[in-house]
Amino acid sequence: MQWDIVIGLEIHVQLATKTKIFSGSSTAFGAEPNTQASAVDLAMPGTLPVPNEQAFRYAVMFGLAVNAEIGRRSVFDRKNYFYPDSPKGYQTTQLDHPIVGPGFVDVDLADGRSKRVRIHHAHLEEDAGKSLHEGFDGMTGIDLNRAGTPLIEIVTEPDMNNAEEAVAFARKLHGLVSSLGICDGDMSQGSLRFDVNISLKPKGSDTLGTRTETKNLNSFRFMEQAIAHEVERQIDILEDGGRIVQETRLYNGDRDESRSMRSKEEANDYRYFPCPDLLPVVIDDAFIESARILLPELPDARKARFKEQYGLNDYDASLLSADAKLAAFFEETVGQGKDAKLAANWVLGEFSARLNAEDQTVAQAPITGIQLGQLVARIADNTVSSAGAKKVFEALWSSDNSLNDADAIIEDQGLKQVSDAGALEAIVDDVLAGMPEQIAQFQEADEKKRKKLIGGFMGPLMKASKGQGNPRLFTEILQRKLNA
Amino acid sequence: MQNKSVAELSRELESGKISSVELTREFLDRIKTEDGQYNSFITVTEDLAMADAKAADEQRAAGNASVWTGVPFAHKDIFCTNGVTTTAGSKMLANFVPPYDATIVANFRAAGAVCLGKTNMDEFAMGSSNESSFFGPVTNPWGMSKGEKRVPGGSSGGSAAAIAARLVPAATATDTGGSIRQPAALCGITGLKPTYGRVSRFGMIAFASSLDQGGTMARTAEDNALMLNVMAGFDAKDSTSANRSVPDYTATLNQPLKGLRVGLPKEYFSDQLNPAMEQQVRNAVKEYEKLGAIVKEVSLPHAQLAIAAYYVIAPAEASANLSRFDGVRYGYRCDNPQDLNDLYTRTRAEGFGNEVKRRILVGTYALSAGYFDAYYLKAQKVRRLIQQDFINAFKEVDVLMSPVSPSPAFIQGEKTSDPVTMYLEDIFTIAVNLAGVPAMSVPAGFVNGLPVGLQIIGNYFDEARLLNAAHQFQQVSDWHQKLPQ
Repeated sequence: MQWDIVIGLEIHVQLATKTKIFSGSSTAFGAEPNTQASAVDLAMPGTLPVPNEQAFRYAVMFGLAVNAEIGRRSVFDRKNYFYPDSPKGYQTTQLDHPIVGPGFVDVDLADGRSKRVRIHHAHLEEDAGKSLHEGFDGMTGIDLNRAGTPLIEIVTEPDMNNAEEAVAFARKLHGLVSSLGICDGDMSQGSLRFDVNISLKPKGSDTLGTRTETKNLNSFRFMEQAIAHEVERQIDILEDGGRIVQETRLYNGDRDESRSMRSKEEANDYRYFPCPDLLPVVIDDAFIESARILLPELPDARKARFKEQYGLNDYDASLLSADAKLAAFFEETVGQGKDAKLAANWVLGEFSARLNAEDQTVAQAPITGIQLGQLVARIADNTVSSAGAKKVFEALWSSDNSLNDADAIIEDQGLKQVSDAGALEAIVDDVLAGMPEQIAQFQEADEKKRKKLIGGFMGPLMKASKGQGNPRLFTEILQRKLNA
Repeated sequence: MQNKSVAELSRELESGKISSVELTREFLDRIKTEDGQYNSFITVTEDLAMADAKAADEQRAAGNASVWTGVPFAHKDIFCTNGVTTTAGSKMLANFVPPYDATIVANFRAAGAVCLGKTNMDEFAMGSSNESSFFGPVTNPWGMSKGEKRVPGGSSGGSAAAIAARLVPAATATDTGGSIRQPAALCGITGLKPTYGRVSRFGMIAFASSLDQGGTMARTAEDNALMLNVMAGFDAKDSTSANRSVPDYTATLNQPLKGLRVGLPKEYFSDQLNPAMEQQVRNAVKEYEKLGAIVKEVSLPHAQLAIAAYYVIAPAEASANLSRFDGVRYGYRCDNPQDLNDLYTRTRAEGFGNEVKRRILVGTYALSAGYFDAYYLKAQKVRRLIQQDFINAFKEVDVLMSPVSPSPAFIQGEKTSDPVTMYLEDIFTIAVNLAGVPAMSVPAGFVNGLPVGLQIIGNYFDEARLLNAAHQFQQVSDWHQKLPQ
């Protein structure tokens, strides 16, 4: 049987406000436990919440960026449940009157298609604290530093149909909130957390199947794996004639396993009701404008500009514009020379691959866009070959190298290309003199085969030139000599 | 000195006839010798009070005293006091020492008033007789001479009894459904519940957030005005507090009442009211007519729905407000919890009293899936209608007058076995909280030697008019000066 996959996401985004949503405590990450928890955060008796205006402004900025309606009357509700990391015994959140209403995001896919993912709504709420299970001798410690950190929870419509679309959307959203400056985007610290709702239905059917929710995925890779895992699990059950149980599941990325956390029957009755300590917040035109003027260039606009300004193709422009920091890095790189396509290739190729391999963010990279741009400029003007450039890149990245610009490294490592035609011709003559059989073979071959065989001469040529010969010029000279 | 008002004591201090240290000592001694029979205090802060009195005398000597500098008073034990145990009348908080002051506590501190201690109250302000306190019931000074042990009303019964017994001239209080007005009436003193939002709730332990309001208790209306001058005002720490200017409530006390339009809500003069009580209230209204007031009957058509709506909304809010008492961070924790669930259930089972548990259960039920619309939502709609009743009434009249409670102070234990009868104690006071309007209780006579209160209800933020009306009445009556018999 063929199945349609239906995916919807819920994304918790920590807002980068300096203080908490209902108290004046700092939101900085990594402090000693409970040093950033005030009487309000500890839910001491008689304390009251006071809303943080900046959290509302950030939420409105998000709403504007996803083409959404802004909720003009924003109401907070209490979601009641007992847990030690929830000090009041309820979470202050929004149920019926969220600050951000329906909107949408257009996502570019690798095959060139564009996918529209509708936003159902996004609401403001407070984050919980953390339970610490290690180091307390069989007991559990509670750290309330995170309690009260402002979040927007973004809920999409079930508009995604495979892992690729879901991950592409997630990446786009990550880039969006980072570009807006409303979230630091650091997924390893939980600044963005994804819950994935998945259901299957027979291909072409209009009826949605029973869904499961996989919670708290904090990397794109885990998200992709978790979706694949859950789709496979559901297919196995359905094809064995079983039924999907509506439940919340936890995915373990290290083991590629998931387990049930709670079923629908075990779900809490949260007894939502409007929080009587907080009056409805009225968002007027002036406030929306105060958010609108803070909007930076957004990824979609940036993509259009990259295509126009640098002549990039749609896909490269899309990849480079999604994340504000990567986009800025690219613009630094391209600013050192004129070859935008080459700069794009290096930023998306060598540089991005290296970040992924070392699990680093753009901000953590040991090289700057300017450094890479200088290198790209040397490739463009034939000073260094691409093979040589990779060595330069390596040296720039490496911490045990004291030289920090491409020219110095090229000089130091002797990677300068020889482009003197006379010198290169002498090397070609020398090498060809020792390869009569190969020459004969080449000259007997047809046009198609020749293209392949010419590569056989390049190795010895590069070796003879100690890697410094300009490969393009070598090829030209070879073709002239061999075809003669 | 014990029979003098705050205004009088302030003048005595200013004239130098007595020092705050002497005055404070005198009241502390009275508490020490007398309070055994009333149990109106949970905590007496003798050392702190004496230190504050000394500082107040120094401040007065330095020439920068306020009306309140050096005047003794007490706080209801629902207001958090930095460094002083604050219990809300509960075992749950019997060991709780807040590291912060409630805003109104800080206000009185800044004004130089000398707090003698924390007064007894129904547990988490849930009760109308002060019998639900973990620290034992409070006994009303009235009726004691006959050997009777009567309730002082609740939940601010400790504050009311302490004032009636001349242990303090004034005390703070709170009112969620009548908790200032009913004990004031039953103890023969004057109390004011301000407009919702007039006084900051920061640091006041929550019962039902949309109804709770801090207020004043003293023997005279003038003293209530002096207290409200200190307590009222916007507080950035309470986003439900009203951001509007605060008048000097003493400035208008002496305005004549000629032409004051008084409405008598017919629903509040029903057959639920003790006829002798009704007579006292009507006599008081006649005094107002003599002072120039124009009296007419008005209607609050949804009055009979108030108790039902209140006993959905207040417990619903309480059920969430009291969730924080879980044994994790502060307050009572059960011995040797086996696991998290055991910690929660035993801490709360052992830490809360029966009335509190009853209201948590009612509130949890009313908010549950499948019942929310029928109870909570319906009650909120009723609340709107009740608000509208008052808005309409105040288009016709300036103030409303009614009894405060259906009967005078009853004997301890008389109503504890029947919660619904107890809830009916608040039948004339609860609608005021649902609407959020201000109201006072003013001593207006006696029935069988027990005090009767007159309720004066005002329009939103019209506290000055209420205090003016009460003060003028007290110029022509002396019910508020009677000593408990």
